[in-house]
Amino acid sequence: MMAQIIQVGMADLRVAKAPDKLMSAGLGSCVGVCLYDKTAKLGGLAHVMLPASLQAKNVQNRAKFADTALDMLVDEMEKTGGNRARFTAKIAGGAQMFRFAGDSDIMRIGERNVQAVEENLRRHGIKLVAKDTGGNFGRTIVFDIETGDLLVKTIGHGERVI
Amino acid sequence: MISDFNQLSGLQLDALREVGNIGAGNAATALAQMINSKIEMTVPRVNILPLGEVPDLTGGADRFVVGVYLGVTGSARASILFVMPVENALHLVDMLMGRNLGVTQTLDEIEVSALQEVGNIIASTYLNALAMFTGLTLIPSVPALGMDMAGAILNAVLAQFGAIGDYVLMLETEFKKEGQDVVGHFFVLPEPGALQTILSALGVNG
Repeated sequence: MMAQIIQVGMADLRVAKAPDKLMSAGLGSCVGVCLYDKTAKLGGLAHVMLPASLQAKNVQNRAKFADTALDMLVDEMEKTGGNRARFTAKIAGGAQMFRFAGDSDIMRIGERNVQAVEENLRRHGIKLVAKDTGGNFGRTIVFDIETGDLLVKTIGHGERVI
Repeated sequence: MISDFNQLSGLQLDALREVGNIGAGNAATALAQMINSKIEMTVPRVNILPLGEVPDLTGGADRFVVGVYLGVTGSARASILFVMPVENALHLVDMLMGRNLGVTQTLDEIEVSALQEVGNIIASTYLNALAMFTGLTLIPSVPALGMDMAGAILNAVLAQFGAIGDYVLMLETEFKKEGQDVVGHFFVLPEPGALQTILSALGVNG
């Protein structure tokens, strides 16, 4: 079977099995949350845009927020044969993209997204095993469900596997 | 508040397009004066898109771009973005600084400042035209500049709209240098509440 690379857009989430890969291009202040079930060779990726659904006026798309996206991702992975007791997490993103005078809420959104994702992982009792967050540069991530490796690509800030 | 953009009537969309046309026309003239060269522009499009599809407008989420961002406050809140492929931004700096084409290879402090000033002038010109037309007070913020993947540049700007809805409405114009490639894409994203204010001021409220 040919491995597919499944794209996960802004405010979206997907679950896939090995040998497929999950990918999110151009993460800035957004955070890519990758959950992995090594035994079931199952992975999920959520492209989180905002910290919490509670402050939002419209919560139709639950994949957009750290809290609801994580709830959804855990459920979806269990429906696909995963067991939440085995889930581990890797996260990347949460940068501050603009060189800017001032620190309005919009400029700090990346940092707040990372905090919210980490809090919600703790709430679900999921161990965060690796992260590549912050800074002022964008990231494209490719999550290899065969190995659990997360490839982080940047422009001008190198490439690494976490 | 208009939360469902698809409920906008044809008349309202036409009015937005017309306002965008006047604003962008003035902005193109200002840009042309800055670089002493003719600038062409496309007829503005009114795009209503799910958040996730916005990066496609700039050629894909991992396209290497320069983005200049300004927030708009006053009677109607909005975001303004001028997005250019990096090679075009470097050419634009060459033209602004009177250098030979291809001389600028990196964006240091002075180049960043020059591009921010371009963003500033285009946005202010656009907003002045919009203000004259609608009688609204529109105040641009200090411009911010980012150089990276298009998706990454757009994230934080779109996050503000994500808190309100799943779709954004954006007025889009392409600026082209005479006989050459696109210089950049100019986007105006009114917030949903602001959209109503603008439509009322234009006399096409509902």
